[in-house]
Amino acid sequence: MRVVFLGATKGMGRALARRMSERGDQLFLLGREAEELQRSAADLAARHPQHAVVGTHACDLAVSSTFAAALDAAEAALGGFDTVVVTAGLFATQEAMEADAALAEQVLAVDFTGTVVFCEHARKRLLARGGGTLCVFSSVAGERGRKPVVLYGAAKAGLSRYLEGLDHKFRAQGLKTVTVKPGFVKTGMTAGLKPPPFAGEPEAVAQQVLRAIDGGLPVVYTPSIWRWVMLVIRWLPRFVMRKIGF
Amino acid sequence: MSDRGEPTVAGWGNLAVPGRELLSEDLERATRAAVLSRGLGRSYGDSSLPPPSHREVVGTRLADRILHWDGQTGLLRAEAGFSLWEFNRLFLRRGWFIGSTPGTQFVTLGGMVASDVHGKGHHSHGCFGSRHVRSLRMRLPSGDLVECSPERDPELFWATVGGMGLTGHILEVECQTQAIPSPWIWSESERVDDIDQFIAGLKEAGKSWPFTVGWIDCLSRGKHMGRGLLDRGRWATPEETGGRSLPVTRRLTLPVMFPEWVLRWKLTTQAFNTMWYWRHVPRVKKKLCHPDSFFYPLDAILQWNRIYGRRGFTQYQCVLPEEAGHGAARRFLDLLTRRGGASFLCVIKDAAAEGQGMLSFLRPGISIAVDFAVRDDTQRLIDALNELVIAEGGRIYLSKDAFTRPDHYAAMDPRLPQFLAVRDRIDPQRVVRSAQSVRMFGDPP
Repeated sequence: MRVVFLGATKGMGRALARRMSERGDQLFLLGREAEELQRSAADLAARHPQHAVVGTHACDLAVSSTFAAALDAAEAALGGFDTVVVTAGLFATQEAMEADAALAEQVLAVDFTGTVVFCEHARKRLLARGGGTLCVFSSVAGERGRKPVVLYGAAKAGLSRYLEGLDHKFRAQGLKTVTVKPGFVKTGMTAGLKPPPFAGEPEAVAQQVLRAIDGGLPVVYTPSIWRWVMLVIRWLPRFVMRKIGF
Repeated sequence: MSDRGEPTVAGWGNLAVPGRELLSEDLERATRAAVLSRGLGRSYGDSSLPPPSHREVVGTRLADRILHWDGQTGLLRAEAGFSLWEFNRLFLRRGWFIGSTPGTQFVTLGGMVASDVHGKGHHSHGCFGSRHVRSLRMRLPSGDLVECSPERDPELFWATVGGMGLTGHILEVECQTQAIPSPWIWSESERVDDIDQFIAGLKEAGKSWPFTVGWIDCLSRGKHMGRGLLDRGRWATPEETGGRSLPVTRRLTLPVMFPEWVLRWKLTTQAFNTMWYWRHVPRVKKKLCHPDSFFYPLDAILQWNRIYGRRGFTQYQCVLPEEAGHGAARRFLDLLTRRGGASFLCVIKDAAAEGQGMLSFLRPGISIAVDFAVRDDTQRLIDALNELVIAEGGRIYLSKDAFTRPDHYAAMDPRLPQFLAVRDRIDPQRVVRSAQSVRMFGDPP
């Protein structure tokens, strides 16, 4: 695969990029900070020198004017791409966002508007080449309005719906959309939060997501147990949701 | 988790204190106001635990990127959380091995420096930090970011090598790795009848074999005291391997804590030790061996520490110096068996040159390591062992320790004042400290 990867420097993205590079996929890395991109590119090159990273370019989900240039650079370096992966995003706790309106605005803008607009750019380019795969990390937080993730969950719910719509509309034209819905995964993003019973590790998530990309699965819950957890949560009546802290 | 649901953090011995790991990919940011960093938590005692007044330690294991790799010379630079397991997975088959490996690969480069780890190759390859590390990037207790090496601020460098993370946070490690002729080990394992033969055998094998280790059945007494298996190994030549590729090792996980009676029941340890001794019937067994099973036999069972139950366990590792003579190991085992310090395997190793780190553990002599489950009398047992070790002129390994008294350690290690003087210079307030440094070096709680 020829992959444009936004968010490979950290967490689940880092683990997924390593797996792709290990099996010989060509990667072009996008991200906010040039130095971080360089460090991750060097890491992948040292691990699998025979399939080195093709290149890197700055791209910030908060600044939509960076998208076109970043994808142009990727297209030129890869000679066209067939897969776009977006693991980047922002997270903040509900308490922090309630206390800081600017932070809330930033998270909503990046996780919904920025990500959707970036996907629109990517979608057009993939369709122009006859399709491909668009794999985007949303979250189980978007499955139901819940007390600890009111704002973050709202952005992710919007993103999940958008991706679902894309899949319905464009799969027939060859564009497979893979929506990844991670539950709690132990990464730097969730550092400081108390891990729930089925907390996942980034490597296991990466393995599962790569299988989903290869198989063109439209939705992946990871770790998989979250599919059943969220099934229950979705069916809980409102009076219960008002009572519980989950 | 403790019973009250408060999060806890523990070393490999499962002796937990209230606290938690703050994991981060960005160590530069995470260590800004941190009290301590830890890697994979494989030190046994309290060296990776926060001091009583703190709840958070930085966990480095997500900071695991390789920053530079030179395939011609084997020079590696990586973030401190890069693990030896990952290194082996990526580089063993490409013909490279770490300069010096401990007995588990679930350790980070940063932790390997802080403990100045050693292993079966100590007599040939020395300790990791002392012999193979070229440079370190650190966040000092003052908050400053610095690079240090044997040439650049050598005092800081040598205080950090084996310094138990007390001189600041290790962010990046640059080290020299070794080219190997094949990824396989050619090993010979020999049954040995008693402790004197053992020591003679280790010294003899060390002359021609780069890796040696002994496993002693420390339940047998009298004329069989110190019987066990002596393992020797070297990298196999490509001809010996016949071009066989190295398979990926499968691992089991011990899913639950064992109940305490399992090990309190002496028969369990006795049966295990006897089985190990008779692992092979011929006196000498020679074979081509996977490096995982040669270097890291216990890694085959993830979470094997659960076998010791909820009260946890401790490992006691000491070095008995050459000057103390062969008798020292016999006197140690004699005391151990008399005090009923029943242990699964006791590991005995030949130690060569002293590490250059100010607190590096090994010095020329014999190193002995034993595990025991924590019981009501563990403190008394360790006090007694420590008194013997002091009398023999030896010392203990801080990375294993949770019980040694401060006056005992001070009596063992004449280099301690020099180490503390470096801390006075770079960290007079003791911003960076651990549960162990509070217990052992009188740091503020």
